[in-house]
Amino acid sequence: MKRLLNQQPSTAGRMLLSSLPFLVLLLIYLVASDLRLEANPSDKLLPSFTQMGEAIQRMAFEPNRRTGEYLFWVDTFSSLQRLLLGVLIAASFGLLIGLLTGALPLVGASFSPVLTVISLIPPLALLPVLFIVFGLGEVAKVALIAIGITPFIARDMQKRTLEIPREQLIKAQTLGGNTSQVLIRVLLPQLTPRLLDAVRLSLGTGWLFLIAAEAIASTEGLGYRIFLVRRYMSMDVILPYVAWITFLAFLLDWLLVSVNRKLFPWHGHGGGA
Amino acid sequence: MIEVRNLWKNYGDKVVLEGINARVEEGEFITLVGASGCGKSTFLKMLLGTETPSRGQLLMDGQAIKAEPDRDRGIVFQQYSVFPHMTVLDNVIAAEGFKQPGFTGLLWGKKRREARKKAQVLLEKVGLSASAQLYPHQLSGGMRQRLAIAQALLGKPRILLLDEPFGALDPGIRKDMHELVLDLWRTEKLTVFMVTHDLEEGFYLGTRLWVFDKLRQDPQAPDAYGAGITYDLPVGQPDPKELETIEENLKGSTHD
Ligand SMILES: Nc1ncnc2c1ncn2[C@@H]1O[C@H](COP(=O)(O)OP(=O)(O)O)[C@@H](O)[C@H]1O
Ligand SMILES: [Mg+2]
Repeated sequence: MKRLLNQQPSTAGRMLLSSLPFLVLLLIYLVASDLRLEANPSDKLLPSFTQMGEAIQRMAFEPNRRTGEYLFWVDTFSSLQRLLLGVLIAASFGLLIGLLTGALPLVGASFSPVLTVISLIPPLALLPVLFIVFGLGEVAKVALIAIGITPFIARDMQKRTLEIPREQLIKAQTLGGNTSQVLIRVLLPQLTPRLLDAVRLSLGTGWLFLIAAEAIASTEGLGYRIFLVRRYMSMDVILPYVAWITFLAFLLDWLLVSVNRKLFPWHGHGGGA
Repeated sequence: MIEVRNLWKNYGDKVVLEGINARVEEGEFITLVGASGCGKSTFLKMLLGTETPSRGQLLMDGQAIKAEPDRDRGIVFQQYSVFPHMTVLDNVIAAEGFKQPGFTGLLWGKKRREARKKAQVLLEKVGLSASAQLYPHQLSGGMRQRLAIAQALLGKPRILLLDEPFGALDPGIRKDMHELVLDLWRTEKLTVFMVTHDLEEGFYLGTRLWVFDKLRQDPQAPDAYGAGITYDLPVGQPDPKELETIEENLKGSTHD
Protein backbone atom coordinates (compact mmCIF):
# COMPACT_ATOMS: atom_id res chain seq x y z
CA MET A 1 0.00 0.00 0.00
CA LYS A 2 1.42 3.35 -1.06
CA ARG A 3 1.49 6.28 1.28
CA LEU A 4 -1.66 8.41 1.13
CA LEU A 5 0.54 11.22 -0.16
CA ASN A 6 1.29 9.24 -3.32
CA GLN A 7 -2.06 7.63 -4.07
CA GLN A 8 -3.62 8.85 -7.29
CA PRO A 9 -7.22 8.12 -8.34
CA SER A 10 -7.78 6.35 -11.66
CA THR A 11 -9.82 8.11 -14.34
CA ALA A 12 -13.00 6.32 -13.36
CA GLY A 13 -12.15 6.72 -9.71
CA ARG A 14 -11.65 10.43 -10.19
CA MET A 15 -15.12 10.81 -11.69
CA LEU A 16 -16.66 8.83 -8.90
CA LEU A 17 -14.80 10.82 -6.27
CA SER A 18 -15.75 14.15 -7.79
CA SER A 19 -19.45 13.28 -8.09
CA LEU A 20 -19.60 11.89 -4.57
CA PRO A 21 -19.95 15.25 -2.75
CA PHE A 22 -22.77 16.25 -5.10
CA LEU A 23 -24.61 13.01 -4.44
CA VAL A 24 -24.15 13.38 -0.70
CA LEU A 25 -25.49 16.96 -0.76
CA LEU A 26 -28.45 15.86 -2.85
CA LEU A 27 -29.18 13.00 -0.48
CA ILE A 28 -29.00 15.24 2.58
CA TYR A 29 -31.42 17.65 0.94
CA LEU A 30 -33.85 14.91 -0.02
CA VAL A 31 -33.90 13.44 3.46
CA ALA A 32 -34.22 16.82 5.18
CA SER A 33 -36.97 17.95 2.81
CA ASP A 34 -38.88 14.69 3.27
CA LEU A 35 -38.67 14.92 7.04
CA ARG A 36 -39.94 18.50 7.12
CA LEU A 37 -42.75 17.91 4.66
CA GLU A 38 -43.82 14.83 6.60
CA ALA A 39 -44.08 16.89 9.77
CA ASN A 40 -45.82 19.78 8.00
CA PRO A 41 -47.07 19.32 4.40
CA SER A 42 -47.38 23.07 3.85
CA ASP A 43 -43.77 23.74 4.89
CA LYS A 44 -42.11 26.15 2.47
CA LEU A 45 -38.48 26.03 3.51
CA LEU A 46 -37.28 22.84 1.81
CA PRO A 47 -39.64 22.08 -1.09
CA SER A 48 -39.55 18.65 -2.66
CA PHE A 49 -38.20 18.16 -6.15
CA THR A 50 -41.73 17.63 -7.40
CA GLN A 51 -42.79 21.01 -6.04
CA MET A 52 -39.79 22.68 -7.62
CA GLY A 53 -40.48 20.91 -10.89
CA GLU A 54 -44.02 22.21 -10.85
CA ALA A 55 -42.84 25.73 -10.13
CA ILE A 56 -40.42 25.61 -13.05
CA GLN A 57 -43.08 24.11 -15.28
CA ARG A 58 -45.29 27.06 -14.41
CA MET A 59 -42.55 29.68 -14.85
CA ALA A 60 -40.82 28.33 -17.93
CA PHE A 61 -43.34 26.43 -20.00
CA GLU A 62 -46.67 28.11 -19.33
CA PRO A 63 -47.44 31.69 -20.29
CA ASN A 64 -47.99 33.98 -17.35
CA ARG A 65 -51.70 34.52 -16.75
CA ARG A 66 -51.39 38.25 -16.42
CA THR A 67 -48.74 39.12 -19.03
CA GLY A 68 -48.72 36.08 -21.29
CA GLU A 69 -44.92 35.89 -21.03
CA TYR A 70 -42.78 32.90 -20.19
CA LEU A 71 -41.30 34.53 -17.12
CA PHE A 72 -38.33 32.20 -16.65
CA TRP A 73 -37.01 32.90 -20.14
CA VAL A 74 -37.78 36.59 -19.99
CA ASP A 75 -35.86 36.78 -16.71
CA THR A 76 -32.95 34.79 -18.12
CA PHE A 77 -32.76 36.83 -21.28
CA SER A 78 -32.81 40.23 -19.65
CA SER A 79 -30.35 39.23 -16.93
CA LEU A 80 -27.89 37.76 -19.41
CA GLN A 81 -28.25 40.79 -21.63
CA ARG A 82 -27.42 43.16 -18.77
CA LEU A 83 -24.55 41.04 -17.52
CA LEU A 84 -22.95 40.50 -20.91
CA LEU A 85 -23.35 44.11 -21.94
CA GLY A 86 -21.84 45.31 -18.69
CA VAL A 87 -18.96 42.85 -18.90
CA LEU A 88 -18.33 43.70 -22.55
CA ILE A 89 -18.10 47.40 -21.76
CA ALA A 90 -15.86 46.71 -18.76
CA ALA A 91 -13.61 44.43 -20.79
CA SER A 92 -13.21 46.97 -23.60
CA PHE A 93 -12.41 49.87 -21.31
CA GLY A 94 -10.33 47.71 -19.00
CA LEU A 95 -8.23 46.44 -21.87
CA LEU A 96 -7.71 49.89 -23.32
CA ILE A 97 -6.82 51.49 -19.99
CA GLY A 98 -4.62 48.60 -18.92
CA LEU A 99 -2.77 48.45 -22.23
CA LEU A 100 -2.11 52.16 -22.42
CA THR A 101 -1.13 52.64 -18.76
CA GLY A 102 1.03 49.53 -18.87
CA ALA A 103 2.76 50.19 -22.16
CA LEU A 104 3.20 53.95 -22.22
CA PRO A 105 5.07 55.32 -19.20
CA LEU A 106 3.63 58.81 -19.70
CA VAL A 107 0.05 57.52 -19.61
CA GLY A 108 0.89 55.21 -16.73
CA ALA A 109 2.34 58.05 -14.69
CA SER A 110 -0.76 60.17 -15.14
CA PHE A 111 -3.45 57.52 -14.70
CA SER A 112 -2.14 54.79 -12.41
CA PRO A 113 -2.74 56.68 -9.13
CA VAL A 114 -6.26 57.74 -10.05
CA LEU A 115 -7.02 54.20 -11.22
CA THR A 116 -5.91 52.87 -7.84
CA VAL A 117 -8.15 55.33 -6.01
CA ILE A 118 -11.14 54.62 -8.24
CA SER A 119 -10.74 50.89 -7.75
CA LEU A 120 -11.12 51.46 -3.99
CA ILE A 121 -14.60 53.01 -4.33
CA PRO A 122 -17.19 50.37 -3.39
CA PRO A 123 -19.37 50.24 -6.54
CA LEU A 124 -22.54 49.38 -4.63
CA ALA A 125 -22.24 52.67 -2.77
CA LEU A 126 -22.45 54.31 -6.18
CA LEU A 127 -25.69 52.55 -7.08
CA PRO A 128 -27.96 55.34 -5.79
CA VAL A 129 -25.89 57.83 -7.77
CA LEU A 130 -26.33 55.73 -10.89
CA PHE A 131 -30.07 55.50 -10.35
CA ILE A 132 -30.24 59.27 -9.92
CA VAL A 133 -28.12 59.97 -12.98
CA PHE A 134 -29.37 57.28 -15.34
CA GLY A 135 -32.85 56.71 -13.99
CA LEU A 136 -34.21 53.32 -12.98
CA GLY A 137 -33.90 51.82 -16.47
CA GLU A 138 -31.45 49.44 -18.07
CA VAL A 139 -28.59 51.93 -18.29
CA ALA A 140 -28.08 52.18 -14.54
CA LYS A 141 -27.92 48.42 -14.10
CA VAL A 142 -25.50 47.91 -16.98
CA ALA A 143 -23.47 50.87 -15.74
CA LEU A 144 -23.20 49.35 -12.26
CA ILE A 145 -21.78 46.12 -13.66
CA ALA A 146 -19.42 47.99 -15.99
CA ILE A 147 -18.25 50.41 -13.33
CA GLY A 148 -17.99 47.63 -10.80
CA ILE A 149 -15.54 45.48 -12.74
CA THR A 150 -13.73 47.89 -15.04
CA PRO A 151 -11.14 48.91 -12.41
CA PHE A 152 -10.30 45.29 -11.65
CA ILE A 153 -9.89 44.41 -15.33
CA ALA A 154 -7.94 47.59 -16.04
CA ARG A 155 -5.52 46.97 -13.21
CA ASP A 156 -5.12 43.34 -14.12
CA MET A 157 -4.44 44.25 -17.76
CA GLN A 158 -1.92 46.85 -16.67
CA LYS A 159 -0.12 44.24 -14.60
CA ARG A 160 -0.21 41.71 -17.46
CA THR A 161 1.14 44.30 -19.87
CA LEU A 162 4.05 45.01 -17.56
CA GLU A 163 4.64 41.26 -17.23
CA ILE A 164 5.32 40.80 -20.93
CA PRO A 165 9.11 40.62 -21.20
CA ARG A 166 10.65 43.98 -22.18
CA GLU A 167 12.91 42.02 -24.50
CA GLN A 168 10.03 41.52 -26.92
CA LEU A 169 9.28 45.24 -27.09
CA ILE A 170 12.94 46.02 -27.66
CA LYS A 171 13.20 43.34 -30.30
CA ALA A 172 10.23 44.75 -32.20
CA GLN A 173 11.78 48.21 -32.11
CA THR A 174 15.09 46.94 -33.46
CA LEU A 175 13.12 45.53 -36.38
CA GLY A 176 11.70 48.98 -37.08
CA GLY A 177 8.45 48.79 -35.13
CA ASN A 178 6.88 52.07 -34.02
CA THR A 179 4.78 52.59 -30.90
CA SER A 180 1.41 51.65 -32.36
CA GLN A 181 2.86 48.64 -34.16
CA VAL A 182 4.37 47.31 -30.96
CA LEU A 183 1.08 47.85 -29.12
CA ILE A 184 -1.00 46.19 -31.81
CA ARG A 185 1.29 43.37 -32.91
CA VAL A 186 3.17 42.47 -29.73
CA LEU A 187 1.12 43.51 -26.71
CA LEU A 188 -2.53 43.35 -27.78
CA PRO A 189 -2.54 39.75 -29.04
CA GLN A 190 -0.76 38.58 -25.92
CA LEU A 191 -3.23 40.43 -23.71
CA THR A 192 -6.32 38.93 -25.33
CA PRO A 193 -6.23 35.54 -23.59
CA ARG A 194 -5.23 37.27 -20.37
CA LEU A 195 -8.27 39.51 -20.79
CA LEU A 196 -10.52 36.48 -21.05
CA ASP A 197 -8.95 35.16 -17.85
CA ALA A 198 -9.63 38.47 -16.13
CA VAL A 199 -13.22 38.41 -17.36
CA ARG A 200 -13.64 34.92 -15.92
CA LEU A 201 -12.43 36.14 -12.56
CA SER A 202 -14.70 39.18 -12.62
CA LEU A 203 -17.88 37.37 -13.69
CA GLY A 204 -18.68 36.41 -10.11
CA THR A 205 -18.56 40.07 -9.11
CA GLY A 206 -20.59 40.89 -12.22
CA TRP A 207 -23.39 38.56 -11.09
CA LEU A 208 -23.29 40.14 -7.66
CA PHE A 209 -23.83 43.62 -9.05
CA LEU A 210 -26.46 42.39 -11.47
CA ILE A 211 -28.55 40.74 -8.80
CA ALA A 212 -28.16 43.68 -6.45
CA ALA A 213 -29.28 46.14 -9.10
CA GLU A 214 -32.20 43.95 -10.13
CA ALA A 215 -33.28 43.48 -6.55
CA ILE A 216 -33.54 47.22 -6.05
CA ALA A 217 -35.10 48.44 -9.26
CA SER A 218 -36.34 46.21 -12.01
CA THR A 219 -39.41 44.69 -13.61
CA GLU A 220 -37.85 41.41 -14.71
CA GLY A 221 -34.61 39.48 -14.38
CA LEU A 222 -33.34 36.51 -12.41
CA GLY A 223 -32.32 38.60 -9.41
CA TYR A 224 -35.57 40.55 -9.52
CA ARG A 225 -37.62 37.34 -9.50
CA ILE A 226 -35.78 35.85 -6.55
CA PHE A 227 -36.30 38.94 -4.47
CA LEU A 228 -39.92 39.27 -5.59
CA VAL A 229 -41.02 35.74 -4.66
CA ARG A 230 -39.10 35.96 -1.39
CA ARG A 231 -42.14 37.85 -0.07
CA TYR A 232 -44.20 34.69 -0.49
CA MET A 233 -41.40 32.47 0.82
CA SER A 234 -41.50 30.67 -2.55
CA MET A 235 -38.46 28.51 -2.04
CA ASP A 236 -39.77 26.26 -4.83
CA VAL A 237 -38.97 29.11 -7.23
CA ILE A 238 -35.91 30.54 -5.50
CA LEU A 239 -33.92 27.33 -5.31
CA PRO A 240 -34.28 26.38 -9.01
CA TYR A 241 -33.46 29.98 -9.93
CA VAL A 242 -30.29 29.87 -7.82
CA ALA A 243 -29.35 26.57 -9.42
CA TRP A 244 -30.03 28.06 -12.86
CA ILE A 245 -27.86 31.12 -12.12
CA THR A 246 -25.10 28.81 -10.91
CA PHE A 247 -25.39 26.78 -14.08
CA LEU A 248 -25.26 29.90 -16.28
CA ALA A 249 -22.19 31.10 -14.40
CA PHE A 250 -20.56 27.73 -14.89
CA LEU A 251 -21.45 27.74 -18.58
CA LEU A 252 -19.96 31.20 -19.15
CA ASP A 253 -16.79 30.20 -17.34
CA TRP A 254 -16.50 27.02 -19.36
CA LEU A 255 -17.08 28.91 -22.60
CA LEU A 256 -14.30 31.36 -21.81
CA VAL A 257 -11.90 28.57 -20.91
CA SER A 258 -12.69 26.74 -24.16
CA VAL A 259 -12.30 29.84 -26.28
CA ASN A 260 -8.95 30.55 -24.66
CA ARG A 261 -7.71 27.04 -25.25
CA LYS A 262 -8.93 26.92 -28.85
CA LEU A 263 -7.85 30.33 -30.05
CA PHE A 264 -4.62 30.80 -28.11
CA PRO A 265 -2.70 27.53 -28.04
CA TRP A 266 0.46 29.42 -27.15
CA HIS A 267 -1.08 30.91 -24.01
CA GLY A 268 0.24 29.74 -20.66
CA HIS A 269 3.66 28.60 -21.81
CA GLY A 270 5.72 31.06 -19.80
CA GLY A 271 6.38 33.84 -22.30
CA GLY A 272 7.75 31.44 -24.90
CA ALA A 273 11.40 32.29 -24.14
CA MET B 1 32.34 53.09 -36.65
CA ILE B 2 31.86 52.92 -32.89
CA GLU B 3 33.87 55.10 -30.60
CA VAL B 4 33.81 54.93 -26.83
CA ARG B 5 35.27 57.91 -25.00
CA ASN B 6 35.85 57.78 -21.28
CA LEU B 7 32.52 56.04 -20.70
CA TRP B 8 31.14 55.69 -17.16
CA LYS B 9 27.96 54.09 -15.96
CA ASN B 10 26.59 54.06 -12.46
CA TYR B 11 23.27 53.19 -10.87
CA GLY B 12 22.95 55.52 -7.90
CA ASP B 13 26.11 55.12 -5.85
CA LYS B 14 27.04 51.89 -7.54
CA VAL B 15 29.64 52.37 -10.21
CA VAL B 16 29.28 49.64 -12.81
CA LEU B 17 31.60 50.74 -15.61
CA GLU B 18 34.39 53.26 -15.52
CA GLY B 19 36.73 54.94 -17.92
CA ILE B 20 36.12 52.83 -21.01
CA ASN B 21 37.87 53.90 -24.20
CA ALA B 22 37.74 51.97 -27.43
CA ARG B 23 37.39 52.20 -31.20
CA VAL B 24 35.63 49.59 -33.23
CA GLU B 25 35.75 49.39 -37.01
CA GLU B 26 33.04 48.12 -39.32
CA GLY B 27 33.08 44.34 -39.61
CA GLU B 28 34.81 43.53 -36.35
CA PHE B 29 33.51 40.67 -34.24
CA ILE B 30 34.01 41.59 -30.63
CA THR B 31 33.48 39.11 -27.85
CA LEU B 32 33.04 40.35 -24.30
CA VAL B 33 33.93 38.20 -21.32
CA GLY B 34 34.08 38.94 -17.62
CA ALA B 35 32.76 37.90 -14.23
CA SER B 36 29.00 37.87 -13.87
CA GLY B 37 27.65 41.22 -12.70
CA CYS B 38 30.59 43.24 -13.94
CA GLY B 39 28.60 45.23 -16.44
CA LYS B 40 28.80 43.46 -19.82
CA SER B 41 25.06 43.54 -20.36
CA THR B 42 25.00 47.15 -19.25
CA PHE B 43 27.56 48.00 -21.90
CA LEU B 44 25.49 46.20 -24.52
CA LYS B 45 22.36 48.04 -23.39
CA MET B 46 24.12 51.34 -23.93
CA LEU B 47 25.02 50.27 -27.45
CA LEU B 48 21.38 49.26 -27.91
CA GLY B 49 20.09 52.54 -26.54
CA THR B 50 18.02 51.21 -23.64
CA GLU B 51 20.55 52.61 -21.14
CA THR B 52 22.41 55.89 -21.38
CA PRO B 53 25.99 56.58 -20.29
CA SER B 54 26.34 58.44 -17.01
CA ARG B 55 29.49 60.14 -18.22
CA GLY B 56 31.56 60.12 -21.37
CA GLN B 57 30.50 59.48 -24.91
CA LEU B 58 29.36 56.59 -27.02
CA LEU B 59 29.56 57.52 -30.68
CA MET B 60 28.41 55.81 -33.83
CA ASP B 61 29.84 57.35 -37.00
CA GLY B 62 30.85 60.36 -34.93
CA GLN B 63 27.33 61.00 -33.56
CA ALA B 64 26.04 60.13 -30.10
CA ILE B 65 24.38 56.75 -30.42
CA LYS B 66 20.56 56.92 -30.45
CA ALA B 67 19.01 56.59 -27.00
CA GLU B 68 16.31 54.17 -28.14
CA PRO B 69 16.43 50.92 -30.10
CA ASP B 70 16.25 51.20 -33.89
CA ARG B 71 17.03 49.20 -37.00
CA ASP B 72 20.73 50.01 -36.89
CA ARG B 73 21.19 47.66 -33.98
CA GLY B 74 19.83 44.13 -33.88
CA ILE B 75 19.68 42.20 -30.63
CA VAL B 76 19.44 38.61 -29.45
CA PHE B 77 18.93 38.04 -25.74
CA GLN B 78 19.48 34.82 -23.87
CA GLN B 79 15.71 34.37 -23.85
CA TYR B 80 12.41 36.10 -24.66
CA SER B 81 13.72 37.33 -28.01
CA VAL B 82 10.96 35.90 -30.18
CA PHE B 83 7.23 36.56 -30.13
CA PRO B 84 5.54 33.67 -28.31
CA HIS B 85 2.10 34.28 -29.83
CA MET B 86 3.26 33.88 -33.41
CA THR B 87 4.30 30.77 -35.29
CA VAL B 88 7.87 30.58 -36.53
CA LEU B 89 6.77 31.76 -39.96
CA ASP B 90 4.66 34.59 -38.53
CA ASN B 91 7.57 35.70 -36.38
CA VAL B 92 9.60 36.24 -39.53
CA ILE B 93 6.74 37.81 -41.49
CA ALA B 94 6.02 40.15 -38.55
CA ALA B 95 9.61 41.33 -38.72
CA GLU B 96 8.98 42.37 -42.33
CA GLY B 97 5.83 44.15 -41.19
CA PHE B 98 7.67 46.21 -38.60
CA LYS B 99 9.80 47.66 -41.39
CA GLN B 100 6.71 49.25 -42.92
CA PRO B 101 5.75 52.68 -41.67
CA GLY B 102 2.01 51.95 -41.08
CA PHE B 103 -0.11 52.08 -37.95
CA THR B 104 -0.55 48.34 -37.42
CA GLY B 105 2.46 46.77 -39.08
CA LEU B 106 0.18 44.20 -40.68
CA LEU B 107 0.91 43.17 -44.25
CA TRP B 108 -1.79 42.57 -46.84
CA GLY B 109 -2.11 41.19 -50.34
CA LYS B 110 0.97 41.29 -52.52
CA LYS B 111 3.22 42.59 -49.78
CA ARG B 112 2.18 39.76 -47.50
CA ARG B 113 2.78 37.15 -50.19
CA GLU B 114 6.21 38.57 -50.86
CA ALA B 115 7.09 38.71 -47.18
CA ARG B 116 5.91 35.13 -46.85
CA LYS B 117 8.11 33.96 -49.69
CA LYS B 118 11.07 35.82 -48.27
CA ALA B 119 10.41 34.36 -44.84
CA GLN B 120 10.33 30.83 -46.22
CA VAL B 121 13.66 31.36 -47.94
CA LEU B 122 15.17 32.66 -44.72
CA LEU B 123 13.79 29.78 -42.66
CA GLU B 124 15.25 27.38 -45.21
CA LYS B 125 18.63 29.04 -44.80
CA VAL B 126 18.66 28.71 -41.02
CA GLY B 127 17.19 25.21 -41.09
CA LEU B 128 13.78 25.95 -39.65
CA SER B 129 11.48 25.35 -42.63
CA ALA B 130 10.20 22.10 -41.15
CA SER B 131 9.10 23.99 -38.04
CA ALA B 132 7.48 26.94 -39.81
CA GLN B 133 4.02 26.30 -38.35
CA LEU B 134 5.14 25.63 -34.77
CA TYR B 135 4.92 28.09 -31.91
CA PRO B 136 8.13 29.07 -30.09
CA HIS B 137 7.22 27.06 -26.99
CA GLN B 138 7.18 23.95 -29.17
CA LEU B 139 10.77 24.50 -30.31
CA SER B 140 13.97 23.38 -28.63
CA GLY B 141 16.14 26.09 -27.09
CA GLY B 142 18.58 25.91 -29.98
CA MET B 143 15.89 26.26 -32.62
CA ARG B 144 14.40 29.19 -30.75
CA GLN B 145 17.73 31.00 -30.75
CA ARG B 146 18.16 30.22 -34.44
CA LEU B 147 14.84 31.91 -35.04
CA ALA B 148 15.79 34.84 -32.81
CA ILE B 149 19.02 35.37 -34.74
CA ALA B 150 17.38 35.03 -38.13
CA GLN B 151 14.71 37.47 -37.07
CA ALA B 152 17.20 39.98 -35.68
CA LEU B 153 18.94 40.11 -39.05
CA LEU B 154 15.75 40.88 -40.97
CA GLY B 155 15.98 44.52 -39.97
CA LYS B 156 19.34 44.58 -41.80
CA PRO B 157 21.14 45.98 -38.76
CA ARG B 158 24.66 47.30 -39.04
CA ILE B 159 25.48 46.08 -35.58
CA LEU B 160 24.38 42.80 -34.07
CA LEU B 161 24.33 42.58 -30.28
CA LEU B 162 24.29 39.15 -28.68
CA ASP B 163 23.91 38.82 -24.91
CA GLU B 164 24.92 35.29 -23.93
CA PRO B 165 22.75 33.94 -26.74
CA PHE B 166 23.92 30.36 -26.27
CA GLY B 167 24.23 30.40 -22.48
CA ALA B 168 21.27 28.08 -22.03
CA LEU B 169 22.14 25.64 -24.83
CA ASP B 170 23.80 22.24 -24.80
CA PRO B 171 27.44 22.24 -25.92
CA GLY B 172 26.64 20.09 -28.96
CA ILE B 173 24.03 22.52 -30.23
CA ARG B 174 26.33 25.46 -29.62
CA LYS B 175 28.72 24.23 -32.32
CA ASP B 176 25.94 24.54 -34.91
CA MET B 177 25.02 27.97 -33.63
CA HIS B 178 28.63 29.11 -33.89
CA GLU B 179 28.70 28.17 -37.54
CA LEU B 180 25.41 29.98 -38.12
CA VAL B 181 26.64 33.16 -36.46
CA LEU B 182 29.99 33.13 -38.26
CA ASP B 183 28.27 32.49 -41.57
CA LEU B 184 25.84 35.35 -41.08
CA TRP B 185 28.57 37.68 -39.86
CA ARG B 186 30.53 37.06 -43.05
CA THR B 187 27.68 37.20 -45.53
CA GLU B 188 25.85 40.16 -43.96
CA LYS B 189 29.05 42.11 -43.23
CA LEU B 190 27.97 42.82 -39.68
CA THR B 191 29.74 44.34 -36.75
CA VAL B 192 29.09 41.99 -33.86
CA PHE B 193 29.28 42.46 -30.09
CA MET B 194 28.76 39.22 -28.27
CA VAL B 195 28.78 38.64 -24.52
CA THR B 196 29.74 35.14 -23.52
CA HIS B 197 30.78 33.45 -20.31
CA ASP B 198 32.71 30.87 -22.27
CA LEU B 199 36.20 32.17 -22.89
CA GLU B 200 36.93 29.58 -25.52
CA GLU B 201 33.80 30.55 -27.41
CA GLY B 202 35.00 34.14 -27.20
CA PHE B 203 38.35 33.25 -28.70
CA TYR B 204 36.90 31.02 -31.36
CA LEU B 205 34.23 33.39 -32.65
CA GLY B 206 35.68 36.84 -32.27
CA THR B 207 38.24 38.86 -34.14
CA ARG B 208 38.80 40.79 -30.97
CA LEU B 209 38.28 39.88 -27.35
CA TRP B 210 37.50 42.29 -24.52
CA VAL B 211 37.87 41.27 -20.92
CA PHE B 212 35.83 43.32 -18.46
CA ASP B 213 37.18 43.50 -14.92
CA LYS B 214 37.70 45.95 -12.12
CA LEU B 215 40.86 47.96 -12.47
CA ARG B 216 40.91 48.82 -8.80
CA GLN B 217 39.24 47.36 -5.73
CA ASP B 218 38.21 48.82 -2.41
CA PRO B 219 37.34 45.95 -0.08
CA GLN B 220 35.50 48.40 2.23
CA ALA B 221 33.28 49.71 -0.57
CA PRO B 222 32.81 47.12 -3.29
CA ASP B 223 30.54 49.45 -5.27
CA ALA B 224 32.94 52.38 -5.35
CA TYR B 225 34.78 51.30 -8.48
CA GLY B 226 33.47 49.94 -11.73
CA ALA B 227 34.86 47.60 -14.33
CA GLY B 228 36.82 48.57 -17.38
CA ILE B 229 38.35 46.74 -20.30
CA THR B 230 41.41 45.04 -18.85
CA TYR B 231 42.39 43.12 -21.99
CA ASP B 232 41.73 44.12 -25.58
CA LEU B 233 43.16 41.36 -27.71
CA PRO B 234 43.11 40.77 -31.40
CA VAL B 235 42.30 37.09 -31.70
CA GLY B 236 42.77 34.65 -34.48
CA GLN B 237 45.66 32.61 -33.22
CA PRO B 238 45.21 32.69 -29.48
CA ASP B 239 48.28 32.33 -27.37
CA PRO B 240 47.49 29.39 -25.06
CA LYS B 241 49.49 30.90 -22.18
CA GLU B 242 47.57 34.16 -22.39
CA LEU B 243 44.29 32.25 -22.45
CA GLU B 244 45.32 30.48 -19.28
CA THR B 245 46.25 33.72 -17.49
CA ILE B 246 42.92 35.30 -18.35
CA GLU B 247 41.06 32.21 -17.24
CA GLU B 248 42.87 32.35 -13.90
CA ASN B 249 42.05 36.05 -13.52
CA LEU B 250 38.38 35.49 -14.28
CA LYS B 251 38.11 32.72 -11.73
CA GLY B 252 39.85 34.87 -9.13
CA SER B 253 37.54 37.83 -9.44
CA THR B 254 34.12 37.83 -7.85
CA HIS B 255 31.96 40.88 -8.06
CA ASP B 256 28.53 39.66 -7.11
N1 LIG C 1 18.55 48.88 -13.70
C1 LIG C 1 19.53 48.66 -12.78
N2 LIG C 1 19.48 49.28 -11.57
C2 LIG C 1 20.43 49.07 -10.66
N3 LIG C 1 21.48 48.26 -10.82
C3 LIG C 1 21.60 47.61 -11.99
C4 LIG C 1 20.62 47.76 -13.02
N4 LIG C 1 20.98 47.00 -14.08
C5 LIG C 1 22.12 46.38 -13.71
N5 LIG C 1 22.50 46.75 -12.46
C6 LIG C 1 23.71 46.30 -11.75
O1 LIG C 1 24.79 46.54 -12.59
C7 LIG C 1 25.73 45.49 -12.48
C8 LIG C 1 26.10 44.99 -13.85
O2 LIG C 1 25.03 44.25 -14.39
P1 LIG C 1 25.14 43.52 -15.79
O3 LIG C 1 25.55 44.50 -16.80
O4 LIG C 1 23.84 42.83 -16.04
O5 LIG C 1 26.29 42.46 -15.54
P2 LIG C 1 26.78 41.28 -16.50
O6 LIG C 1 25.96 41.29 -17.75
O7 LIG C 1 28.21 41.54 -16.73
O8 LIG C 1 26.59 40.01 -15.73
C9 LIG C 1 25.13 44.43 -11.59
O9 LIG C 1 25.75 44.51 -10.33
C10 LIG C 1 23.68 44.82 -11.50
O10 LIG C 1 23.21 44.54 -10.22
MG1 LIG D 1 24.54 39.86 -18.41
